[in-house]
Amino acid sequence: MTAVAVLVEHRGGEVARPTLEALTLARTLGTPVAVWLGGEPGPRAVAQLGEYGATEVRVASEVGRVPAALAAALGAATDDADVILVISTFVNKEVATRLALQTGAGVVVDAAGAELVDGRVETTQTVFAATWNVRTRVNAERAIVGLRPNTTQAVPADAPGAAAVVPVEFTNPATREAVVAVEAVPAEEGVPLAEAPVVVSGGRGTGGDYALVRELAELLGGAVGASRDATDEGWISHEHMVGQTGTTVTPALYVACGISGAVHHRGGMQASGTIVAVNLDPDAPIFEIADFGVVGSLFDVLPQAIETIKARRG
Amino acid sequence: MRILVTVKFTPDLQSNRSFTDGAVTRTADDGSMNELDENAVEAALQLVEAAGEGEVYALTVGGPDAVAAVRKALQLGVQHAIHVNDEAVSGSDVFGTARVLAAAIRKVNDEDPLDLVITGMAALDGLTSMLPTALAVELDWSQLTLASSLDVSDGVATIRRDLPDAHETVTAPLPAVVSVTDEANKPRYPNFKLIMAARTAPITTWSLGDIGVDPVSVGALAARTTVIDASPRPARADRVVVTDTGEGGTALAEFLLERGLA
Repeated sequence: MTAVAVLVEHRGGEVARPTLEALTLARTLGTPVAVWLGGEPGPRAVAQLGEYGATEVRVASEVGRVPAALAAALGAATDDADVILVISTFVNKEVATRLALQTGAGVVVDAAGAELVDGRVETTQTVFAATWNVRTRVNAERAIVGLRPNTTQAVPADAPGAAAVVPVEFTNPATREAVVAVEAVPAEEGVPLAEAPVVVSGGRGTGGDYALVRELAELLGGAVGASRDATDEGWISHEHMVGQTGTTVTPALYVACGISGAVHHRGGMQASGTIVAVNLDPDAPIFEIADFGVVGSLFDVLPQAIETIKARRG
Repeated sequence: MRILVTVKFTPDLQSNRSFTDGAVTRTADDGSMNELDENAVEAALQLVEAAGEGEVYALTVGGPDAVAAVRKALQLGVQHAIHVNDEAVSGSDVFGTARVLAAAIRKVNDEDPLDLVITGMAALDGLTSMLPTALAVELDWSQLTLASSLDVSDGVATIRRDLPDAHETVTAPLPAVVSVTDEANKPRYPNFKLIMAARTAPITTWSLGDIGVDPVSVGALAARTTVIDASPRPARADRVVVTDTGEGGTALAEFLLERGLA
């Protein structure tokens, strides 16, 4: 039986949704355990991890912030694992790299799926701004796979069990790097951009007015995104930037408002399920990848769309 | 201040990017230095200019065409260019690439110690962002990654590290591997004089033997991962674009409602 470990993403003691997606995928590979680094999981988090198939929650509470410490802790918690699944964040990519150099594991990041073929892990990804599909085989005996959020539908296990909480023996390694200050980014209300099932983004065409973009996002239960133009103008903070060097998103629905669709932006959203665009310029490249496009002003189109949806919902 | 910048030859973002035999297709016609490496070159040049002394090396690994990446770095103003050109490198995964880069960096460092290696935050072809970490581990140097600012004084580097949920200030002693984000600076444009000089500037070319890397330890056969299939995704079918003549918002809402998205 394949031993699979899933690194839990958590905020304020709660499990983030991509972890439940990863556990769902992990159950198709073998028997999953969950690994919780930093702090302690509350009873609700432990119950939820068990509901999604984790047989154990391995906890290392006191872990340093630097990648070397996180990698050492993840390694201590997963020495029996054939496959380690993490969410493909910038930090986790660094942690995966370090752990792989310690263990000889093969690493694939930004994966959309993973399966076992003849005892080896094979993954699927989209690359080149989601214009190509790629299948990768991990040749090494151990595999670390970074999963993109929103690529697996999270489903509870058929026979949910109670996960046992197991403390991990771990001492922070001495590291050259020291984190001397941490300034928390205030959390937006609602789902984080990378995990949101719906993203409504505004660009240059908003002129800096995000009221309608926010209203539509709220109505659709989504997060607010932005183009590089808009964050460079200071209209909205950098954390909202969708793009190759900002946040890569793969929601079921992406609504681009007043965004031309430069290649850097498309690289961060082109793998979205359904793409809708509103732009004044009929030649905007965003229309080349939109399932539905409206050539027009977002200040006319969005209020009407919002009213129509509200009216239909009653 | 002695700084080495690693640069990568990647296909142009505007070109038709593709795969050939499981590897990214790279041709001299539509490839250049990875755009995000410009931020790394800029960071290095600014540090040397501020210090009033020092020199910057650009290093790349790849086939004959990859020389274009270091040539671009010369145009931007680096003093030295090194190209590790060896067929055995072909098909390497990130760990193989890091091993080759680290060996070349050690050779430079042994002649005269380096203070920093600076890289871009990612290469815009693979976008894995794994190389800077792998390089720091291979060299056994400090790792300061995803820096939106970088200061060096008294043998210590300090960065601001921008993460989605926090901005960290991280310090580490030199030598360090630093990756800079595209927020770190605004890369300069090459000037005419440097463009002309770069055409004929000497470029050091090394084989794996020159840097003491066993060819069997890198390349496709040593890779821990292999791309076994790559195919272009079909274009989106049934795309609709309407022009708003007063009903555009209603049409958009109907589309979302029909698809169960609103």
